[in-house]
Amino acid sequence: MEKGVAYDNDMNLKATELRLGLPGTDESQKECSSFVKSNKRSSEEMDSSCNEEECAPAPKALVVGWPPVRSYRKNVLQQQQKKSDSDVSGMYVKVSMDGAPYLRKIDIKVYKNYPDLLIALENMFKCSMGVYSEREGYNGSEYAPTYEDKDGDWMLVGDVPWDMFVTSCKRLRIMKGSEAKGLGCQ
Amino acid sequence: MDPKLKKTKDSSSNSANSPDSTHSSFLFPDEVLERVLSLLHSHKDRSSVSLVCKDWYNAERWTRTKLFIGNCYSVSPEIVARRFPRIKSVTLKGKPRFSDFNLVPQYWGADVHSWLVMFAKVYPFLEELRLKRMTLSDESLKFLATSFPGFKALSLLSCDGFSTDGLKAIATHCKNLTELDIQENGIDDFGGGWLSCFSENCSSLEVLNFASLSSDVSFDALEKLVRRCKSLRILKVNKSISLDQLQQLLVQAPQLIELGTGSFQQELTPRQYEDLETAFSNCKNLQTLSGLWEATSLHLPVLYAACASLTFLNLSYATLRSDELAKLVAHSPNLRRLWVLDTVEDKGLETVGSSCPLLEELRVYPADPFELDLHHGVTEAGFLAVSHGCRKLHYVLYFCRQMTNAAVATIVQNCPDFTHFRLCIMNPGEPDYLTNEPMDEAFGAVVKTCTNLQRLAVSGLLTDLTFEYIGRYAKNLETLSVAFAGSSDRGMQCVLQGCPKLRKLEIRDSPFGNAALLSGVEKYETMRSLWMSACNVTMSACRLLAKDMPRLNVEVMRDEGSDDRQADKVYVYRSVAGPRRDAPPFVLTL
Repeated sequence: MEKGVAYDNDMNLKATELRLGLPGTDESQKECSSFVKSNKRSSEEMDSSCNEEECAPAPKALVVGWPPVRSYRKNVLQQQQKKSDSDVSGMYVKVSMDGAPYLRKIDIKVYKNYPDLLIALENMFKCSMGVYSEREGYNGSEYAPTYEDKDGDWMLVGDVPWDMFVTSCKRLRIMKGSEAKGLGCQ
Repeated sequence: MDPKLKKTKDSSSNSANSPDSTHSSFLFPDEVLERVLSLLHSHKDRSSVSLVCKDWYNAERWTRTKLFIGNCYSVSPEIVARRFPRIKSVTLKGKPRFSDFNLVPQYWGADVHSWLVMFAKVYPFLEELRLKRMTLSDESLKFLATSFPGFKALSLLSCDGFSTDGLKAIATHCKNLTELDIQENGIDDFGGGWLSCFSENCSSLEVLNFASLSSDVSFDALEKLVRRCKSLRILKVNKSISLDQLQQLLVQAPQLIELGTGSFQQELTPRQYEDLETAFSNCKNLQTLSGLWEATSLHLPVLYAACASLTFLNLSYATLRSDELAKLVAHSPNLRRLWVLDTVEDKGLETVGSSCPLLEELRVYPADPFELDLHHGVTEAGFLAVSHGCRKLHYVLYFCRQMTNAAVATIVQNCPDFTHFRLCIMNPGEPDYLTNEPMDEAFGAVVKTCTNLQRLAVSGLLTDLTFEYIGRYAKNLETLSVAFAGSSDRGMQCVLQGCPKLRKLEIRDSPFGNAALLSGVEKYETMRSLWMSACNVTMSACRLLAKDMPRLNVEVMRDEGSDDRQADKVYVYRSVAGPRRDAPPFVLTL
């Protein structure tokens, strides 16, 4: 990182003197002041490109137009990078089941929709939760999945759109069907 | 030279001297000459032909239907209109290449409008327009769409200034459109409604590429369009098209030769997965595959059936790992061209070396260009591995963070036929990481061994020695890109004096000054253009150059807050049209 950020104030005049002399020495690299001018412009460039997507923190783009990658490609890759970064962090929530001796933890980001999540939970806890219906909830099933949302309320899994669920779910609890009846009738 | 041609030249020049001008037509009537010349397509050949004599110049200009203008400012619309009466296809290139990397300010120029106005007057039967690095507005697009009833093909690469509204005009008015190719432009995307502007009668499309647009298009409109256009051979959709939608499109167009997929990530039922696999295996003519955004090992296998016929695989927007790439290339033994991201790492490139013996072109782009961590991306090992297995390699673009002189020397020994060698070691001034020496010997090896080298891009820590080598050995070099390299004027001088075929020289952030600039005074008229930015050139030298060479346009752009005497950005190009009349205030024409 240090190489590019050399704040040497001498203009390129120095570079034309045979000061760059012995190739390969650290000094010659750090003194290569042709990088300097570009640094002045680089902050402007960062500002202009930092409107829509959250750009990486300042020091990353050191020189204008370098490496020589077209703006279109740069933008596309930055967006993909953001996506994959957030995928990497995951969304682990605790899952408890009534009667089970210990809790489990799952990454809800791994699942794309409710059916996937329910199948995974059923497999993990060897229980059956059946099919969700808006009116009846999981009525008739042995167990029903519930979750605690951002406000601390206990909600029935399946009521809100999946994306909303993923961002608001704090923890999961697989309730006994008989207890869950109350929730389903809201 | 063809003896027949020579003979005719002599007889023509004889007739020029003698008052009997029927002499040449007796030997070689104009009609025959024109018939023969109309078979010539290469613009370089046509240029040579036009220089033979007056008769040939005339015959050539009457038979030329395709115009190629590499620098829109080297000539004017009026001059072109006077010389060529029968043009059907135009290719125009505008801004200097470094504008792709934000080195040229906005509103610099290269506006196509004045050209379109001339075309409308002189070439009402214009069919094709291909623009690269030009500026065009929505008004220009509307003008284009409504001024040429027979207009067929529009290709825009790296252009700016327009929006999807302009595309609406094209889709609406060009009833005979065969090609709409929109690539990597600075475009304002106001939505995908333009696609729905194609009339229900439009069935002539052969090429449709909107991969770089981001908005959703109406899938219904797209599907119907694809179904109607039986001659569609190139279809490149954008990210908004999902996998199951892609399957429906492929079912309508199994004849495709080039396909750009949309997003390659979607929750699919087993049935959908199977259908997609089948759809791909039914595309028996597929040669090119691109897109594949967000592709993962989950869905890549659907492609395997189609990979056998592939010659070009563009994975440069797919962040694939080495194992994912390995499986893909294992199914693609006929690959000639491969573009990847450096997420595949050296391991991935090793599999390329072992799976693709016919490979001719490799491009490795950086997934995270500004990441300085050495543990990502590719190194010299990957490049070496490819060179061992792919002896026919002649085009490479390689972004890496470390390289050695020894590796490059071995690479060119393995592959001596390089015509395009573009190596980008991403940290400016980076030496050979093993020996800590400059990378001079690497590029020396390239120019000594690869005698057919046409295009070279250098990087890493380089002294004048690199340029001495280039001047001494690179006798076929036409394009040279230099950044953060060289020690003194001598470097640039060596290149200018030593490379007879040099056409384009672009230099940034290198210690070349006035002496270097002025040493090329005689040379620049034989070249298309010279670009020098953040070098050591001053205004006085630029003025001197401009004064001595009236047929060169010498343009300077100054950076904010820099010394009055410094010529921060210099762009020199030959022109028969004189100085630009549309230069914005920040471009000083000397």
